[in-house]
Amino acid sequence: MAKKSYRQAINEALAQEMRRDPTVIVMGEDNAGGLGAPGEDDAWGGVLGVTKGLMPEFGRERVLDTPISESAFIGAAAGAAATGLRPVAELMFVDFMGVCFDQIFNQAGKFRYMFGGKAVTPLVVRTMYGAGFRAASQHSQCLYPIFTHVPGLKVVLPSSPYEAKGLLIQAIRDDDPVIFLEHKVLYDDEEEVPDEPYTIPFGEANLTREGEDVTIVAMGRMVKFANQVADGLETDGISCTVLDPRTTSPLDTDSILESVEETGRLVVVDEASPRCNMATDISALVAERAFGALKAPIRMVTPPHTPVPFAPELEDLYIPSPEKIGAAVREVMEHGA
Amino acid sequence: MLQLSRDDLVQAYIRMRTIREFEERVHTEFAGGAIPGFVHLYAGEEASAVGVCMNLEDKDYIASTHRGHGHCIAKGCDVEAMMKEIYGRRDGSCGGKGGSMHIADLSKGMMGANGIVGGGPPLVCGAALSAKTLKTGGVAVAFVGDGGSNQGTTLESYNLANVWNLPVVFVVEDNGYAESTASAWSVGGSQLKRAEAFGMPGREVDGHDFFAVYEAAKEAIDRARAGDGPSLLHVKLNRYYGHFEGDAMTYRADGEVEALRETVDSLAAFRTRVTETGLLEGRQLDDIDREVAASIGQAVTAAMSAKAPSEEDLLTDVYVSY
Repeated sequence: MAKKSYRQAINEALAQEMRRDPTVIVMGEDNAGGLGAPGEDDAWGGVLGVTKGLMPEFGRERVLDTPISESAFIGAAAGAAATGLRPVAELMFVDFMGVCFDQIFNQAGKFRYMFGGKAVTPLVVRTMYGAGFRAASQHSQCLYPIFTHVPGLKVVLPSSPYEAKGLLIQAIRDDDPVIFLEHKVLYDDEEEVPDEPYTIPFGEANLTREGEDVTIVAMGRMVKFANQVADGLETDGISCTVLDPRTTSPLDTDSILESVEETGRLVVVDEASPRCNMATDISALVAERAFGALKAPIRMVTPPHTPVPFAPELEDLYIPSPEKIGAAVREVMEHGA
Repeated sequence: MLQLSRDDLVQAYIRMRTIREFEERVHTEFAGGAIPGFVHLYAGEEASAVGVCMNLEDKDYIASTHRGHGHCIAKGCDVEAMMKEIYGRRDGSCGGKGGSMHIADLSKGMMGANGIVGGGPPLVCGAALSAKTLKTGGVAVAFVGDGGSNQGTTLESYNLANVWNLPVVFVVEDNGYAESTASAWSVGGSQLKRAEAFGMPGREVDGHDFFAVYEAAKEAIDRARAGDGPSLLHVKLNRYYGHFEGDAMTYRADGEVEALRETVDSLAAFRTRVTETGLLEGRQLDDIDREVAASIGQAVTAAMSAKAPSEEDLLTDVYVSY
């Protein structure tokens, strides 16, 4: 066991699965890089280096660089998945789903149902999401609620290096189409990650902290923020549970409801745009099924309903911050003491 | 005559006749209100699907269009299961969950009719990638209409198939109309020049002539199977019915369809060719006509009496595991 970054953990998961199973292939824009160019081979290993080293080990037949044609290659990945391969296709930024969404939600996501249960589509779409890189409106969105909305897709939001490795191996071995969302701000985060392959099951929330007063449900990068906030509040005598659902589809509704039954207070932290996001979905779940347990109104901490801004001052205001999460927890603590 | 044996010719005629009979019956049954939803009929285009698919094996894949019944039959899908699917029955090809626009049978290499125009070509690139990576020796064929030929997915797939050197054949079935809009208006440039621009051989083919389609498809499929990359066929043909059933076809010229049925009938042309050359006898073909009509009648009867799916079927088949 050694400390590994989120980037290394993902890379290791890909390499180990490719060694284990010859039907696992990787494809995407510049996944190796430098194809046909006069300089180095494996020049990039993905735009942020996540797939670096795979092409030299597995060759260009299993690490396929693509033209900038997301519709064609995401669709090809879907078609390959339905016909015997286990493709891991990289959609460089989730914001680019706009040019290939049909292949994800109308094709891959529906094969099994439309074909009467006779299709198996073990597709993984890895994609980078989230604000914090000063990358502005078209390279910073979350968009995972849109995938979560679509029956037939599974949606995974790893919140740390350990989570990323286990969830990605699970995703590759899973027989359904999986959208695997990597938060770009987390790539350099490090923690202890086992060297050997392991899986983390989908639909089982991770209880990252157990407390008595408030349940904070957070996902992706927000899990780290929520735990930071909970650490700080501890000194003020406020004890928080922090639940990371890990997957928004399937969603571990039982763990969320059980926790709220115990604490009676809920704060949901979601980096996605506020209308029809995971915060509204989880709030509705709790309002419908655990209303009697609530001692306080549910609070949702989300960005405003705007595109992600460019200027650092504006982007910092946009992202749900530890301060905003802390304020929301203090607010719900004013009720039901 | 080419490399087709008498048995092949009989098989080709059975498939073409089956498509025609199937579509004529679906037309009648739909008009009578027995079939829910939308259906898009392939009658008039039989020689294209059969001419191409006579070159294919089960390990080869095809992806289809809205107008998918013909491709299914040509690729060997079970006709009674198809009819049940169109009726929305539990033991239809897709358990009644797909319907006419999503009929598929992956075990036969049929990746589905597609409700999205241009949905198929990227999927076919994937099937071809599987064949290439797993070294199955298989090829994959994308049928698209003239409408689908203008989708970005199709054009991107031409490029991807080239740069990945995939065993793919793109078959553009140009029946003159994308819904109600003439391909003469909607297609900029030309299909063959598009192929050329993407570095593929392209051929224009008379889609009413089974033999012309078969021969052109054979060349393209052999090329793909040999690892020499993608090709395009621009198949010019006509549909006898509207875009969908219920389409009043007010965009077509007066008497256009009647004239087509008189003058460009791929089944009649096939019959003339094989009987005049003495390869098959008229009586043989008459027997096939009767047998096919009876089997389609039986498929309709079976579909009408088959069970509809029930409530427990609503929630199954969304995921393998969830």
